Amino acid sequence: MAVIPVSRQPLTLLERTYLPQIAGGLKTTLKHFFSPKDTMEYPEERPAIPAGYRGVPTLVFDPHGREKCVSCQLCEFVCPPKAIRITPGAITPDDPAAHVEKRPQEFEIDMLRCIYCGLCQEVCPEEAIFLQTQYSTTGHTRADFVNNKQKLYELGGTLPDAHFKWDKKKAAEEGGNAH
Amino acid sequence: MIAPTKPDLVTVNIDGKEIAVPKGTNVIEAARLVGVDVPHYCYHPKLTVVGNCRMCLVEMGMPAVDPATKAPVMDPATGKQKINWIPRPQIGCGTTASPGLHIRTQTPQIKDCREGVMEFLLINHPLDCPICDQAGECKLQEQATGYGRGYSRFIEQKNVKPKRTQLGPRVTLDDERCILCSRCIRFSKEVAKDDVLGFIDRGSHSTLTCYPGKQLANNYSLNTVDICPVGALTSTDFRFKMRVWFLKQTNSIDTESSVGANTVVWSREGQIYRITPRQNDEVNDTWMADSGRELYKQVRAADRLTVIKVGNLDSTLDMAVKAAGEIFKASAGAIAVVGSGRNSVEEQFLTKKLAEALKASTQLVSRAGTGDKILVSADRNPNTRGALVTGLISALPTQQLTGLAAAIDAGQIKTVVSIGEDLTAAGLTAAQLAKISIVYLGTHVNATSTAAKVVLPTYTVFEKSGTFVNQQFRIQKFAKAVPAPAGATDDLVILAKLATATGATVPTADLAAVWKTIAAEIPALGTISFNNLPDTGLLLDQTPWATLPFVEGETLHFKPAASAETRS
Repeated sequence: MAVIPVSRQPLTLLERTYLPQIAGGLKTTLKHFFSPKDTMEYPEERPAIPAGYRGVPTLVFDPHGREKCVSCQLCEFVCPPKAIRITPGAITPDDPAAHVEKRPQEFEIDMLRCIYCGLCQEVCPEEAIFLQTQYSTTGHTRADFVNNKQKLYELGGTLPDAHFKWDKKKAAEEGGNAH
Repeated sequence: MIAPTKPDLVTVNIDGKEIAVPKGTNVIEAARLVGVDVPHYCYHPKLTVVGNCRMCLVEMGMPAVDPATKAPVMDPATGKQKINWIPRPQIGCGTTASPGLHIRTQTPQIKDCREGVMEFLLINHPLDCPICDQAGECKLQEQATGYGRGYSRFIEQKNVKPKRTQLGPRVTLDDERCILCSRCIRFSKEVAKDDVLGFIDRGSHSTLTCYPGKQLANNYSLNTVDICPVGALTSTDFRFKMRVWFLKQTNSIDTESSVGANTVVWSREGQIYRITPRQNDEVNDTWMADSGRELYKQVRAADRLTVIKVGNLDSTLDMAVKAAGEIFKASAGAIAVVGSGRNSVEEQFLTKKLAEALKASTQLVSRAGTGDKILVSADRNPNTRGALVTGLISALPTQQLTGLAAAIDAGQIKTVVSIGEDLTAAGLTAAQLAKISIVYLGTHVNATSTAAKVVLPTYTVFEKSGTFVNQQFRIQKFAKAVPAPAGATDDLVILAKLATATGATVPTADLAAVWKTIAAEIPALGTISFNNLPDTGLLLDQTPWATLPFVEGETLHFKPAASAETRS
């Protein structure tokens, strides 16, 4: 291969002082120093979660404080990675929610398995399970990543309800077409 | 081409397909034979026809004949005999096939009828499928999907009825879900012969209830839950335990008596949730006793044996077999084997092999109860006849092992191998047990397992596959439903290892190999292998044992040989 000798230009006096280069670097630094920040002070600061975000699946209460889940186990059935495990339980006749008859005795979602697909929310006939805005799941052991019923209700809280299906059922039971 | 009709067959035309069916067949069954589904609720093949649900409406017609000349009236358009269709629909369940009967099930009129019936049934039916145990096996769900209109026009308030009535110790009634098909009432009256159920009140307020002061407490009450087409009658035991679509179905046999009712075991992830009957028209129709449905509870019982023990110390299978071999050697010639009428045919065969190798006497313990004339017989061993067929015993077993007790007292027997039998229950005293060395194979703790030198935990019927021979000498197979707990070993493996330890050659302990040997050595079972045995079982030739005085009385589909002779 042919070798082409290239003559190197000697540096000018200004270049030899390095001052323009330092000034140029400082300009870039100062521009970013005073421009708005792209990062945030996580975890003290939290990002705004957009609508429709699919976070950690949670269980919710209705505005009257009743567990909405009746443990029909459809989410357990539909869950692609089999992350959900429900132990169904009966509600005793002396309970205020006795007219619902059934609620989960235990409800576990393994967040190491969950793929945040949202099928559980889509399939739920009682509108009891929602993927809300919770996005951070941390823990030290594998067991820490299994959300049990208590944790799921803590994460879920109360959501508005449009139907009050079971309240209507109770009202009908008390004053309805009885014979 | 219409085949010439045999005298006991009638040819009917269903949706354009000709089929010859036995006389007396109704339209639903005839349609089933040509693969046409006629939806129905109240009709059940094993109960009387009442025709009150109106779901099985079909269009019906007969070939036209001239009233005067009786000559067939031909349709000039098609060149075939004209069909006179009845203008209004008829019920399929109450219509018996007659020669030339024509049925249409797919016309717009029938579609309208089905939609109408579905709409009426759903008017007062609660929409609580998410909590209803029947969801997934509910006729109303299936037929609402298949034949309903798909939406509701009903805006009024639904009727309110009792939601959790205890009809009996095992059955809970949700009256709002009831569609008043009366299957349960007919079952109680006709099959269980315990007429306690009935409807009270009229119209849409009709309510299923027990007669005052009575309960649905008979031993067949859970069959009403099985035949309930909706979720009205629920099993108190299974209620809210698990949704049915998670459950794996395994064919099994009810082991509570020698009837050998065919069953399905429903399990999920190694846990059994319920047992239901499986149709076998020669044995149990579609029924089984409640007592047989609770047998799965033995699988996870607290007193289940799960630790192999040698002289009260935990051990391993090989060490225990070695210890048993030493016991056998020390007491050679003074060994007795107590087999079990609860073991499968294969296990009884290997028990016989073991007894032959030990030159031991063999006996069985009988369990007698009272038969209920339906599906629980007097012989509470499911496989007494298997022991006869395999040659483990030649005479009928007794309830008390008096001969063995005397031999122990006389010092002639020093070692007893007990296969799941509690020797104290069979009449041996604690002092007699203390005199002998016991090798015990079994599933649960009892006085014999406590006194045994070697304890080898084995499988329950739900954890293994095998065959039983029932009171009709029908050989029926059951399959493994759930895995056995850690610590327990397959009976076949233990029996084969014990026999090998005494120097005998036995087939390897899997069903296929054992069946090869059984077929070769036992002429009555010569043509059978476990795999070619049909699900409904196979009748064996019972003449070699016809003279034995079996204890069973008459039950469903079974007449004891002796009483049949006196009748004829």
